[in-house]
Amino acid sequence: MIVKVLGPGCANCVTLEKRTRQALTDLGLDAHVEKVTDYAQIAAYGVMTTPGLVVDEQVVLQGRVPTVAALGELLGAAARP
Amino acid sequence: MTLVDHVPTTRRGQGGALLAASVAWVVAYRVNGPVWDALLYDLLGLDPAARLTGSLRFFAYDTVKITLLLVGIVFVVTVLRSYMSVERTRALLGGRREGVGNVMAAGLGVVTPFCSCSAVPAFIGFVAAGIPIGVTLSFLIASPMVNEVAIGLLLTLFGWKVTAIYIGAGLTIAVVAGWVLGRLGVERWVEPFVFETRLRGEVVDPARGLTLAERLQTGVEEVGTILRRIWPYLLVGIGLGAVIHGWVPTDFFTRYAGADDVFGVLVAVGIGVPLYSNAAGVMPLVETLHDKGVPMGTLLAFMMAVVALSLPELVLLRRVLRPPLLAAYVGVVATGIVAVGYLFNALLA
Repeated sequence: MIVKVLGPGCANCVTLEKRTRQALTDLGLDAHVEKVTDYAQIAAYGVMTTPGLVVDEQVVLQGRVPTVAALGELLGAAARP
Repeated sequence: MTLVDHVPTTRRGQGGALLAASVAWVVAYRVNGPVWDALLYDLLGLDPAARLTGSLRFFAYDTVKITLLLVGIVFVVTVLRSYMSVERTRALLGGRREGVGNVMAAGLGVVTPFCSCSAVPAFIGFVAAGIPIGVTLSFLIASPMVNEVAIGLLLTLFGWKVTAIYIGAGLTIAVVAGWVLGRLGVERWVEPFVFETRLRGEVVDPARGLTLAERLQTGVEEVGTILRRIWPYLLVGIGLGAVIHGWVPTDFFTRYAGADDVFGVLVAVGIGVPLYSNAAGVMPLVETLHDKGVPMGTLLAFMMAVVALSLPELVLLRRVLRPPLLAAYVGVVATGIVAVGYLFNALLA
């Protein structure tokens, strides 16, 4: 699965990326994590409040940074078909 | 393990934690003054009339006071605001004409959780959804200008009258500035990629479906983020306030920057625009300058100039706004702030 962290590089975006990687490691999921910093691309996902999280081209989260545990639930649910 | 992980998950636990935190906050706020008095004057035997001691007490007392106020205000506002979102605001603004739209956008700019780091994607998202540029700009101006931290601090330090003036003036500037910029036909000064952006995917509303525990967690986390980000500005602001408090004669500003002084407001805005700080960092300065006789209109103009126009935000907005529009944006907002300063110096004097 491909996970994208949307954000121009603010503190929240860095935190979200860190926690996402942590959650993926905890789940034992093999995912490719990408950072999207281009504003046009971020906006094209319909995300207006950064940071945003996209799993396999689906926006699953935006505008806040959940805890690692909450992110794990979110990513776990998205990983199951 | 951080503080955030300790937010209780049961209703009862949350109630208990909130009650305990509130009591601790009130006690700390109440004993702040007496503790420093006892420590500095009784225990260390310092002279209360000495300049250095006065400055020292101001610094210690204000650091604790402003930090406590900041923690309380940011927590409460973040939890309340977690029920609003930029997505909801955009839906509310959709299809509104200019005029009504500007007024609504300014009002929503105050209550919507928004960080200037999101200014660019929000601008694109609004414009791509068909919201007029002037209306979008009203939102972007009101959001930093009528700042919730400034509201809370003004309310505790200067009372409801000054606070109401601040909110009213900020909203008026946002409405008028957005409307004027919209009238100028500024579409040609917006970077073309904004209009080419097509929105895809479903909109996820960050405000929906959160549990109370998650909202409280967001509040605790935001307090930490804000304090980590602004403590240097806070200390510099309080330090300057302490120096002015102890060393500048009381009638100094009355003589050089009084209400009848023509250039006072212009100078204040001129200093405030390039200065990059935030409401919490500016407030200790505003407090002491007020004690030393600087009129409230000048101080409100100074504060608005500092928080509403900042270089980092302008650099961000440059991604979507061409230089002529960016210059017009700064010009219209600065003019509004100057007008507010003069108006209130005349009214409050």
